Amino acid sequence: MTRALEVLAAGPFTSVQDTGRPGLADMGVGPSGAADRGALLLVNRLLGNDPRAAALEATLGGLRLRARGAVAVAVTGAAGPLRCAGRDAWAGEVLHLRDGEELEVGLPEAGLRSYVGVRGGVDVRPVLGSRSTDVLSGLGPPPIAAGQVLPVGTAPAHWPQVDAVAVAPAAGEVRLRVLPGPRDDWFVPAALRELLTAAWTVTARSDRVGMRLAGPVLRRSRTEELPSEGVVRGALQVAADGSPALFLADHPLTGGYPVIAVVLDADVDRAAQARPGQVLRFARKR
Amino acid sequence: MLPCGDAALLVELGSLPAALALHADLAAAPPPGVVDVVPAARTVLVRTAPGADLAALAGLLAGRAAPTGAAAAPAPAPAVELRVVYDGEDLAEVGELTGLGAAGVVAAHTASTWTTAFTGFAPGFGYLTGGDPRLHVPRRSSPRTRVPAGSVALAGEFSGVYPRTSPGGWQLIGTCDAVLFDPDRDPPALLRPGTRVRFTDAGTAAP
Repeated sequence: MTRALEVLAAGPFTSVQDTGRPGLADMGVGPSGAADRGALLLVNRLLGNDPRAAALEATLGGLRLRARGAVAVAVTGAAGPLRCAGRDAWAGEVLHLRDGEELEVGLPEAGLRSYVGVRGGVDVRPVLGSRSTDVLSGLGPPPIAAGQVLPVGTAPAHWPQVDAVAVAPAAGEVRLRVLPGPRDDWFVPAALRELLTAAWTVTARSDRVGMRLAGPVLRRSRTEELPSEGVVRGALQVAADGSPALFLADHPLTGGYPVIAVVLDADVDRAAQARPGQVLRFARKR
Repeated sequence: MLPCGDAALLVELGSLPAALALHADLAAAPPPGVVDVVPAARTVLVRTAPGADLAALAGLLAGRAAPTGAAAAPAPAPAVELRVVYDGEDLAEVGELTGLGAAGVVAAHTASTWTTAFTGFAPGFGYLTGGDPRLHVPRRSSPRTRVPAGSVALAGEFSGVYPRTSPGGWQLIGTCDAVLFDPDRDPPALLRPGTRVRFTDAGTAAP
């Protein structure tokens, strides 16, 4: 029998994610991939998978899966109540499901995105070398919906020397290091100070493309139109109304508004775990 | 050379041809550690793997961005022909805005060879430049929530074809049935930076 995961409930938003599609910008294709890259790598490491294997990225839990055939799974990223084959279970350890048994991923106590990995990887058809759903461009598999049956790939030959790992996205204020620029000179000097001192609340207008932040208005000194230019994951792009958005995995390749500062690459994973209502603070990298 | 976090540099260039030349050069021989190069109107964004030495890369890029004459320009491939039915919802308005009339807009749009300056917005969407300057029109004051796939459009100095149905603020002058993007095709994108395009008038739509 072909091993698979049957989706019984998809939660608020779940998608298949791997390490994405870097290097295809010249055909208009963005990098996409797991919003919390570290959590994806960790779940694959726990299961002995190739680091590029695809997992499920569940936003605010609500995911219920039933095993077809025996599968090994694990959960990293945002941690909440887990039920495995009817018993309580914990994130960060390998869980075994027999044919017909269920895994239930509840609403996380902290963090936003949980990564449900399976030994062998989620084996849906890759598009341009990746199984990631890019919500902006529509590339990759459709978002997960109840009733889908997700094939599981061939299990690797070996298990790693690790049984459990610590998994703990932060609750409370999230501190992120930034480097000013490339367009900090398009703002009044006070704007960068405001960025680095204010409390920025993550709004509900947030998804895999980016998170809109609420806080003081960041005023521009130059008001002409910026010719579109390339942007990166972690860029803080300031819209015409003076409010910033922090770009995440499915960000557009180019933007027509100035980027006042960029969150350090290593800190973007933690940003991607901040929930609406949570506060971000930015500190200049020393 | 502008900072862009700790894993990218934004190279500012004086002009679109300079940006295109640097992109072509980097695509042909990517410097070590570079994972993606994003050309745009006046800039080229160079993304690196985490931990790359950006100071060293900046030095290298400064040398590559300097004008090197004809050596950087590869021999142009034949132009891609796109057959267009000029039936766009904004054709009459563009005719008025430009003073060319609808027929004049079609004549101007088909008269010159366009060049794909850069991509973005959606997979397979190319920003085409080099057209008749009389065709420069502003974006629509309020964008449409749904622009059908294959719509041929104008905005600013650019023309473009929507690869798939999406929201959009450009002025629509026609439709084209070419497949701009197909992930199962090699290459997936019909238009890449540098690709030249000729629009031809396919007459009226089949009934």
